[in-house]
Amino acid sequence: MRRLLPAVFVAIHAIALAAPAPAVQPDEILPDPALERRAREISALLRCPVCQGESIDESDAGVARDLRLLVRERLAAGDSDQEVIGYIVARYGEFVLFDPPKSGANLILWIAGPAMLILGLAVMATLYRRGGRAAEGGAGDGLTDEESARLAAILERGETGGGDMSHGGTGGPRQ
Amino acid sequence: MIAELGHFALILAAFVAVLQAVLPLWGAWRRDPGLMAVADPAARIQFLLSAFAFAALTHAFVTSDFSLRLVTLNSHSMKPLIYKISGVWGNHEGSLLLWVTILAGFGAACAAFSSRLPATLRARVLSVQAMIGVAFYAFILLTSNPFLRLQTPPFDGQDLNPLLQDPGLAFHPPFLYLGYVGLSVSFSFAVAALIEGRVDAAWARWVRPWTLAAWMFLTVGIALGSWWAYYELGWGGFWFWDPVENASFMPWLIAAALLHSAAVVEKREALKAWTVLLAIMAFGFSLIGTFIVRSGVLTSVHAFANDPERGVFILAILALFLAGSLTLFALRASALAASGVFAPVSRETALVLNNVLLSVAAFVVFVGTLWPLAAEMLFDRKLSVGPPFFNAAFSPFMIALALILPVGAILPWKRGRLGHALRQLWGAAVLAVAAAALGWTVQTGRTILAPAGLALGVWLIAGAAGDLWLRAARALRRLVRLPRADWGRASAHAGFGVSVIGIALMLAWTVEDIRVAAIGDRFDVGGFSFSLDAVEETQGPNYAATVATVRVARGGVPVAVMHPEKRFYPVARMPTTEAAIHNGVLRDLYVVIGDPQGDGGWAIRTYIKPFANWVWAGAILMALGGLLSLTDRRYRVAAGARRAGAAASATPAE
Repeated sequence: MRRLLPAVFVAIHAIALAAPAPAVQPDEILPDPALERRAREISALLRCPVCQGESIDESDAGVARDLRLLVRERLAAGDSDQEVIGYIVARYGEFVLFDPPKSGANLILWIAGPAMLILGLAVMATLYRRGGRAAEGGAGDGLTDEESARLAAILERGETGGGDMSHGGTGGPRQ
Repeated sequence: MIAELGHFALILAAFVAVLQAVLPLWGAWRRDPGLMAVADPAARIQFLLSAFAFAALTHAFVTSDFSLRLVTLNSHSMKPLIYKISGVWGNHEGSLLLWVTILAGFGAACAAFSSRLPATLRARVLSVQAMIGVAFYAFILLTSNPFLRLQTPPFDGQDLNPLLQDPGLAFHPPFLYLGYVGLSVSFSFAVAALIEGRVDAAWARWVRPWTLAAWMFLTVGIALGSWWAYYELGWGGFWFWDPVENASFMPWLIAAALLHSAAVVEKREALKAWTVLLAIMAFGFSLIGTFIVRSGVLTSVHAFANDPERGVFILAILALFLAGSLTLFALRASALAASGVFAPVSRETALVLNNVLLSVAAFVVFVGTLWPLAAEMLFDRKLSVGPPFFNAAFSPFMIALALILPVGAILPWKRGRLGHALRQLWGAAVLAVAAAALGWTVQTGRTILAPAGLALGVWLIAGAAGDLWLRAARALRRLVRLPRADWGRASAHAGFGVSVIGIALMLAWTVEDIRVAAIGDRFDVGGFSFSLDAVEETQGPNYAATVATVRVARGGVPVAVMHPEKRFYPVARMPTTEAAIHNGVLRDLYVVIGDPQGDGGWAIRTYIKPFANWVWAGAILMALGGLLSLTDRRYRVAAGARRAGAAASATPAE
């Protein structure tokens, strides 16, 4: 689906950059399985600089292969994961990081979701408090006495294990 | 000649849309039935005209009329017929033509099915629908005309991008557009309601089926795209958090929220203003998605700069409609007083929580998608936001949603008791815990993903089953007589669970093997034995292919003979991978052939993908749930009454 992009605005040139070789090649794999696993994990976090949102682990492009080999070279030289990533970022820029660093302005990005959730829940709580006051103020909870009695009866039935047809989404009794 | 007629029809459609936008709106204001009545025939004529334009372009593609610039750029005489047809929308101009044709189609359908609507509301809905149309007709005719001729037509075309010559992708855009554009009807209803200053249960009952249909199409469209990525890209990935994917995912999330909040308006006359806002936002995100895809602004600022005219135009459309409708909302929302009040523990609250979680999830996707753009403009930093961010920031909201869903679905309206609802679901909870324990025992690695996904999925599926069972008052014979809306809801909720299981298990348990194999070699992956029998060169209709034969056995018993392919399309000079996939309920076998190696062997990639099909089976169940709800009796009754020609009464169908 990612390649739908060219479909829709015909950026065929972007794909033409891709060499026919698919992703990780057998000759790239390190003999040490533990090291290779780390290489794969790091590769999934690094963006191929010339592709549309592919990691170097998935990409067919030549530069992605170069980067994969570079990652493995650094790992074989004894670098830690962070050192390898730092090495690549120092050469290719922040752009290759799929996981933007959680610092500085990027904090906005990370905090936006939780902040929005808290805001939403706060609005909900306010509305309930206001609704609750309205109920105390005599307007009631929108139920007439008759409705309240029916509701109590219905809840009672539900409690005793009887079916409770009226809590359904079917819009009440049907003919 | 036919192309010119198509062009002419498109221009006419634009003028009809202008009339449809102006006259009924004015008529509704003046309470002039004659002017309001213009809307209905105008909507139908506009659709006929744009459909004719689309047919004219399709004709040009099918007959390979290379005097048309668009056909030359995107087609080839050797291409199979189905891809000549899908080539019509496999490009910018054609896909926009499809966009407006579907828009006009929804307008015409809206006119056809809405004869029972109050006259002023109907006139306003169709008028707003036409305004959207006018904007997009202008966009096509002024910046993206599909009917341009070439001075000297070439002998043959430049072919469609081979990646798009695929059944999955042939039908992916039309479904997606049906979804995007379907949300325009909800938008039109919302804006019309704001102009009227009135939202009630009947309004919600009109909006829901359109939203349902749009959401259903979006579900199918997104699933098709993800399925295509799975089998075509050669390593079994199915979701990439790419801007274009996110563009379709955001409206899907908001439409899902809208479905649920419209239910509250329909049953309980609460959440009115919020529902109207969601309807506006759902289509707003469709427009944002269209902008992201069309302008290319997010792939690269350069793509935008290459074609600023189009990008700026669509940005103007986006700004106009969003700013206009939101201003209207700010002015009129206070008129939409809610009458239904509900207690903190009630189905309403559960649906509000659903809305909060879905909206926040959509917001996270939105922020993550646009952050690179914001960072470049504000801080001059070129950075990327990819799967690690989205997986970490998006998933928690989906997990919370999955946790509360079964409880919310069985809570009564107005006021419920949490303890009571939880007691009714103890069976589902036990099953979920058992599934997690099973997952933990089966797996070899120690990842929490698989057991957690299993638990959530089983909780959702068992919860949906429990929901039906309670609704039928624990009696089998009543189960079959339940309204289709109940079955639809259970199906969609269970589908969510099925997808959760598929995604979690596939991510956690995939086995991968990359190696060089010579012909005759045998190797084991995940308990299966694979042998490479042969590699042959063959010729397709418009490509050359390298086809391997791989035999798979398990414990000496043959399982499958698979034929992974590598294709080369000479006209576009592009290679594609065609993975061989052996589908199963519990696992897919997935084999890809790569390049020949120096020593005469071939690079072979093999995957065992557990529960892969569950991802899309869940999406199908969700779409099916939408379809079931859409055919529920209360909508059919409304349609039947209309057909019976009952005196135009404004009472809503019950």
